[in-house]
Amino acid sequence: MQDKILDKSELDAFLERLGKEHDVHAPVQNGGSVEWAAVDSSRDLVWDFTNTGVSPKRYIFPQTECMMRFRNRSDDPEGMVMKEEPGLTRKRALLNIRPCDVKAFRVLDSVYCQDEKTNDVYWRDKREKTLYLGLACKSPCPTCFCTSVRCGPHHEEGLDVLLVDLGEQLLLRPVSDKGQELVSHLSDAPQEAVQQAAKQKEDAEAAIQSRVDLENIMARSVLELYEAPMWDREHESCLNCGVCTYVCPTCHCFDIQDETQGEHGRRVRNWDTCMSWLFTYHTSGHNPRGSKKDRYRQRFMHKFKYMPQKFDVIGCVGCGRCTSRCPVNIDVTEVVRGMNEQE
Amino acid sequence: MRNNNPYLPYPVRIKRVEIATEDRSLRTFELEFLHQEDADAFRYLPGQFAELSVPGYGEAPIGIASSPTEGDTLLFTVSKAGLLTSHLHSMSEGDVMGVRGPLGKSYPLQEMEGKNVLILAGGYAVTTLRSTMVWLLHPDNRPKYGDITFVYGARTPGMILYKELLEEWETNSDANIHLTIDNEAPGWDKHVGFVPQIAEKIEPSPQNAMALVCGPPVMIKFTQPVLDKQGWQSDQIIMSLENRMKCGIGICGRCNVGPHYVCKDGPVFSKAELDELPKEY
Repeated sequence: MQDKILDKSELDAFLERLGKEHDVHAPVQNGGSVEWAAVDSSRDLVWDFTNTGVSPKRYIFPQTECMMRFRNRSDDPEGMVMKEEPGLTRKRALLNIRPCDVKAFRVLDSVYCQDEKTNDVYWRDKREKTLYLGLACKSPCPTCFCTSVRCGPHHEEGLDVLLVDLGEQLLLRPVSDKGQELVSHLSDAPQEAVQQAAKQKEDAEAAIQSRVDLENIMARSVLELYEAPMWDREHESCLNCGVCTYVCPTCHCFDIQDETQGEHGRRVRNWDTCMSWLFTYHTSGHNPRGSKKDRYRQRFMHKFKYMPQKFDVIGCVGCGRCTSRCPVNIDVTEVVRGMNEQE
Repeated sequence: MRNNNPYLPYPVRIKRVEIATEDRSLRTFELEFLHQEDADAFRYLPGQFAELSVPGYGEAPIGIASSPTEGDTLLFTVSKAGLLTSHLHSMSEGDVMGVRGPLGKSYPLQEMEGKNVLILAGGYAVTTLRSTMVWLLHPDNRPKYGDITFVYGARTPGMILYKELLEEWETNSDANIHLTIDNEAPGWDKHVGFVPQIAEKIEPSPQNAMALVCGPPVMIKFTQPVLDKQGWQSDQIIMSLENRMKCGIGICGRCNVGPHYVCKDGPVFSKAELDELPKEY
């Protein structure tokens, strides 16, 4: 597919075209940080940012999501029967999403849509109705390590279009058929622009200093890693606060709760966190992951051992958010190095 | 409407409720589907479970106690333990609720074919083993299996579940039925002692056999050495796990034991499989 070129001065026309069928969301300046929000003008867009504080996972997996409703009346013949909540009514476009955050959706597809029986309709509905216009990373953060986990600053997997910021202009690289359709009206990118984008990719990849190796983790058995002595001391500084799971683009655990108010009832799912003791607490009082060490170990084992073993995907895209947000400076790359190196 | 939503429960009506034990902590619910097509879609095998869905209270994963050979209604024996199950115990015949499933894997009924079957059950963990026994003893299935030995222990005679059915098996089936209670009780003329002690006494042979073991942790703990001594190998011993669950289909992330989800990859595991996994259950 042919790369296209768009002058930033023509972005509003592009957005208008995109907005005909889609609600457009993008990272915008929000006080001191950059966060996701609805946009309707190119003035809202930001170009010099590392990544959003919170990942865009809520667009596919909302923090609270109504799954079904029921009439909370047992004397009503129609009552107490769950009715499915309808899906998205309008399509959505995620503009300037980072390649790692799109890769995270691909990783989670393997969890949410495993087979005929495990096929999450809520996840799938939003995945299918969303367009992904990725923005290649120019200056990765010091905590980024995407190139170690099958991702990268210009990674195209899961995208419809990859945008490369060339200053006054954007290079648009269609990746999917949907993306091709969206940019087909634009002029072809000149050779210099394509070369410039290639150079940017090279520079960005070189700028990522943090590297981890997962080879030994894959080779070692579950029990060997689980029983490794490193966990005895590693967990000590962890507060089990769960901020890592909150900002993580691949943390996908949830709780399901019923809510009622008078005659109205609904069943919702909420983000949950494996850092909480309640997460695994049995009604009997028994807790299979009762200690902080158990919970700390679970998060890393899940992403770097269990998911690769089960789905052949790494449960991490190297965005570095957990490391930069951790109040006690736990660095995911150091933990992974420990898992990979321990005797 | 989106099709095949795995979270959407089938609406069911409580057809019958029975107080199952003398301490009133367990009730058995017989549930009938409101729509025949749902009953047809709910195809299950012994060992599987379902989420009992009580609108306003949530869902609880409970082993299916009925056998598919018994018809379209489902049987669940539920301990009154938390918010949902306490409310369930207050519900009456005719009330509408939901069932979501069947979930998880069944006992390895195919692998068991041509072999002798030993069943060791303790307390109310007997539910899915009731299902298994009914299924095994059905004339369509019985010829495919060798000797069947069923050991079931409860604290007192009044805590034994499914009494009429057990009597039926004792008198009209070719299975070896061993019932036991913890201590002597007036009028009790069967075994006295814990399940591991009975297993030691009756000496079930591991030759061409498989054992299904399900009970409280303390029973498992003391049964294992007995089976080891008798020469049972870890791939002959089948167990069923419980963990806190929500989605029931291997997504929500809480019931995992190592890389396996109890809800989807279990709840049935062989001891050989469990030996390779962390003890997070």
